[in-house]
Amino acid sequence: MRFVFKTSYAQDLQLFRDSVQRNWYAVLLVGLLIVPLLVPSYLVDISLVFIYGLCGLSLMVLAGYTGLVSLGHAAFLGIGAYAHVYFVHDLGLPWLVSVALASVVTAAAGVLVGLPALRMTGVYLSIATLAFALIIQEVLTRWERVTGGLKGKPVDKPVVFSVNLGGEVAFYFLCLAFLIGGLWLTGNLLRAPTGRAWVAIRDSEIAAQSMGVNLAVYKTIAFAYSAALMGVAGALFAHKIGFLAPETFSVLLSIQFLLMVVVGGLGSLHGAFYGAVFVALLPVAISQARDSVPAWIGAVAGLFGKDAGATFLAVDQFVKKPGLEPGLFGLILVLFILFEPLGIHGRSRKLQLYFSTFPLYKRATFRRQKTYMRSERLR
Amino acid sequence: MSLLAVEGLVMDFGGVRAVADVTFTVERGEVFTIIGPNGAGKTTIFNVISRIYDPTLGRLIFDGEDITAVPPHEIARRGIARTFQNIELFEHASLLQNLLLGRHAHKRSGFVEEMLFLPRVRALEIEHRDAVEQVIDFLDLQPHRDSLVVNLSYGVRKVVEMARALCTRPKLLLLDEPSSGLSVEETEDMAFWIQDIRTMLGITVLMVEHDMSLVSAVSDRVLAVNYGRAIALGTAREVQEHPDVITAYLGG
Repeated sequence: MRFVFKTSYAQDLQLFRDSVQRNWYAVLLVGLLIVPLLVPSYLVDISLVFIYGLCGLSLMVLAGYTGLVSLGHAAFLGIGAYAHVYFVHDLGLPWLVSVALASVVTAAAGVLVGLPALRMTGVYLSIATLAFALIIQEVLTRWERVTGGLKGKPVDKPVVFSVNLGGEVAFYFLCLAFLIGGLWLTGNLLRAPTGRAWVAIRDSEIAAQSMGVNLAVYKTIAFAYSAALMGVAGALFAHKIGFLAPETFSVLLSIQFLLMVVVGGLGSLHGAFYGAVFVALLPVAISQARDSVPAWIGAVAGLFGKDAGATFLAVDQFVKKPGLEPGLFGLILVLFILFEPLGIHGRSRKLQLYFSTFPLYKRATFRRQKTYMRSERLR
Repeated sequence: MSLLAVEGLVMDFGGVRAVADVTFTVERGEVFTIIGPNGAGKTTIFNVISRIYDPTLGRLIFDGEDITAVPPHEIARRGIARTFQNIELFEHASLLQNLLLGRHAHKRSGFVEEMLFLPRVRALEIEHRDAVEQVIDFLDLQPHRDSLVVNLSYGVRKVVEMARALCTRPKLLLLDEPSSGLSVEETEDMAFWIQDIRTMLGITVLMVEHDMSLVSAVSDRVLAVNYGRAIALGTAREVQEHPDVITAYLGG
């Protein structure tokens, strides 16, 4: 096991714990840079991972760090996407300006949702954000002059400084750059007073208030920042899907984002990324499984003397049912909450600790303790 | 002029009058203790002073200024810090993060410069860290610096909460039952710390406490309340021997 020897206060302000950790991230970055050479056929899917990574980051700030669970984050994605496309196509603004404006518009929407949400916590806030998402979806459908309504709105390839970044490789790097930028900004905020104030609000509003945190201001900042990140993600998402339609930004997408942060692990930036990998690649995995699993199960059934052909057809029919994917998402969410509330990030921390302390690992280290001391009286 | 003056404080919750006309002053540099049976309104008085509750009637004068209408997040900046009866720490953050939040009232960096983590933010953070380390040294919390609060024992958490309050550099420290849940030894330590906070840091202490050994050891003056009314004020011995106080505790 490695211990970091600390000799200055500045050391605790680094984004990376020590040079070893920094080197591992450098390796990861190099790995991501050569991915286009290794798996060229999956670049589009991996770009989506990066976009979802930004979305996860956005919701992680709000739900994971500030403790405000939003069930309407797809609406911010939608606002960002439509705003960006409107600015770029209809107004002909430069691409980067348009992305910046889209994030400003989304941040403004975030403040709008945040203001009434200041008085609500927990499940009431989630319901309010859900309602907001439904309203936004309706607005996207009806405001035809800007959004194209149900006919939808085609999106051109991104052109930055008159360089077309629409190719798979170029778009991959564009998304990667934005994700790294988002991670850097968020990491900075989290090691600064603002991030601490968010965590304080999450863990005890009353103590945060007594220490001088203005709850209204910091909750609004969290909403605005989270929405702005979502707006940027929305701009990229628009280029990724190439065609905007209101039903894309449905409640199901919001739930997928929530799934992302819960499965990834609430309260960690790693978690946002793990969750993004999971949610973006699960449909790919499911569609692959759809093709291979029925034949496979059929073959196994054949070994046990059952009618292989009939089993194949039955399983095939089952996996091609339309509701399977959301059902699986829901099932996975439930399983994670039951068995691994710390998410993939928590699991990976345990694995790391297991190997670094081998053979002295104690399961009890991570056993959840119940505490009975916190008072709910003042809420 | 006294540091804190509470004048004619009345606090109603619907039809329940939790505090009925309490008046007292806390002088600079003293340890002032409020005692009373359960439900006497002690914590309510605290919550009014830290502005979590708006009083029905009455005025609060702190350091010569009327703070009756000051919002709760402004209180720390004015120089009042508090602890909570049931410990309200940020459990999923490290001890260091908890204490650094105690510096929030002294935050001078803006959102954008924090987002870019400009050199100024870094310098300010190191300044905050310096202030926090002084408190860590003062209360001997070095071994727990990087532990998450969830993993700390109850006794340590009590001290951490006091440390967090001290990090705001308060003029007045409100301690809500500092010894509840502590062992005899830990309570003795607490008494020494409260004395040190008063003599070495020059901070005025206002506390609510049940443990009479702690109260007698550290308090300059004691106020006894019952059913939201002040029934006795004086030194610990005078109050303990006051017939109304004995009746309040033992029934009569």
